[in-house]
Amino acid sequence: MDRVKRTLTPYLLVLPGGLWLLLFFAVPMVTMLSLSLQEGDIVNGFVFTGHWQNYVDAISAYQTQLIRSLVYGAITSVVLIVLAFPVAYWIAFYGGRRKATYLFLILLPFFVSFVLRTISWRMLLTDDGVLLHPLKEAGLLPGDFQILGTATAVIAGLVYSFLPFMVLPIYVALERIDPRVVEAARDLYASPLTSFRKIIFPLALPGVFAGVLMTFVPATSDYVNSELLGSSETTMIGQVIQSQFLSNSDYPSASALSFTLMTVLLIGVFAYARALGTEDVMKVAAR
Amino acid sequence: MRLRIGGDRLLHVYTWILIGWLILPIAVMILFGFNDPQGRYNQTWQGFTLRWYGEVFALEALTDALVVSLLVAVATALIAGALGTGIGYALGRWRFRGAGALNLLMFAAIASPELVMGSSLLSMFVSLGAPLGPVSITIAHVMFSVSFVAVVVRARVVTLDRSLEEAAADLGASGWTTFWKVIFPIILPAILSGVMLAFALSIDDFVITNFTAGTTQTFPLWIWGSTRVGLPPQVNVMGTMIFAGGVLLAVLSNIRSRPRRKAA
Repeated sequence: MDRVKRTLTPYLLVLPGGLWLLLFFAVPMVTMLSLSLQEGDIVNGFVFTGHWQNYVDAISAYQTQLIRSLVYGAITSVVLIVLAFPVAYWIAFYGGRRKATYLFLILLPFFVSFVLRTISWRMLLTDDGVLLHPLKEAGLLPGDFQILGTATAVIAGLVYSFLPFMVLPIYVALERIDPRVVEAARDLYASPLTSFRKIIFPLALPGVFAGVLMTFVPATSDYVNSELLGSSETTMIGQVIQSQFLSNSDYPSASALSFTLMTVLLIGVFAYARALGTEDVMKVAAR
Repeated sequence: MRLRIGGDRLLHVYTWILIGWLILPIAVMILFGFNDPQGRYNQTWQGFTLRWYGEVFALEALTDALVVSLLVAVATALIAGALGTGIGYALGRWRFRGAGALNLLMFAAIASPELVMGSSLLSMFVSLGAPLGPVSITIAHVMFSVSFVAVVVRARVVTLDRSLEEAAADLGASGWTTFWKVIFPIILPAILSGVMLAFALSIDDFVITNFTAGTTQTFPLWIWGSTRVGLPPQVNVMGTMIFAGGVLLAVLSNIRSRPRRKAA
């Protein structure tokens, strides 16, 4: 009896949370897949007809936005690696006793609502705002110069939004490096550059991978930055899906787009994992 | 560890520049809570005032939205805290059939784009004809935060020394007593971190809330809805208060846990 109770315990503990995830994460995905194959409208209701044409129509109508989002997401991740690596490196190796303080400072933006932060950026970047006005007065920028509404503004906003998600995993990977390994490299007459290239960077790669996972997916599917900082020239797929769902109530085509986005992102992530090719990388990602 | 790549001073300066960049919009938000704008747009600096701190709750719709956000966040923290602790403890303590599938489900919920989770939940609610409001928002928030709580609790449980349980059993404690008297106090800080994380994720969430709220307004949704007509300074004041509260809580919990770490 006691044994039965003991083997049942983990299942009882897991049951409520697991059910919640099944009912409100897994089941909705199936519902959305089904909805994406239906026909009809919000007034007369939708009927399942296995209508694959939804996908063809949605993708051909919005391929520009879909491709643009993937490009923005990829640029964001690359810029993030370049910006975040030196910071993570400095904190991990030179942060000393203040490591926790520096990480806390990096995380400060998370204490302000995502939407509010982006609105602050919009204020800073307006054509006659605090940043551009003085530069224009000083003649450093032409009078009609503007950043808001451009792809640069949207990508800069995305980079800002997800920077901590790149710094942290790279920091964790660098922090785990055994100092003796680097010392050994030096004892064997490796130059600082060689030991960085051959020892430190490869050991940091799992962190870079985790960082790309944590930034590419949310950046590609984001619609807050492109809505607040962009223009009709920078519309991203998230904005399309959001307005199809919430303004047009065109659920089948919105579901088809949403599903396409997820499939493309999943394929991208797996292809990327394959390209890097180590099992370690997947293990770190799964953690 | 000195790596003698040189330029560490340059990196130090660079780190501070990046931190400055991260803090810049926060400073703008705080500053414009003290601004005295003449028109509807709180965009240029026009003079210092404390007026908005006195009138912070003057806009009824905004205050209602903040209250909804707080209530949803408290409910989410409690429910996700309880469910996530169950999952985290079980995964850390036992090996059992289905644990792998559960881990995969949690990983998928953490890694999936919010946009997809939000839109799929809306699809389901629409298909079922379920009403949208504070309940559907809370359901969604528990869904995306429960995995985070579980991960935090599991990380603490796997480091538990099993001999503690054996010692308690040797002294005649039942499994139930051992859990509440020995295990629970040890993992409590991890549970509290998980609960705080769930609260923070919930109160800040925009995307999933946007899909599951219907006509209900939360703090981020209200801000999003009023960007075109201009944000009132009260939003900056509320944002500043949430920021200050969060930072204070984080700093306090860090100070409290520090001496213990040294003793261990």
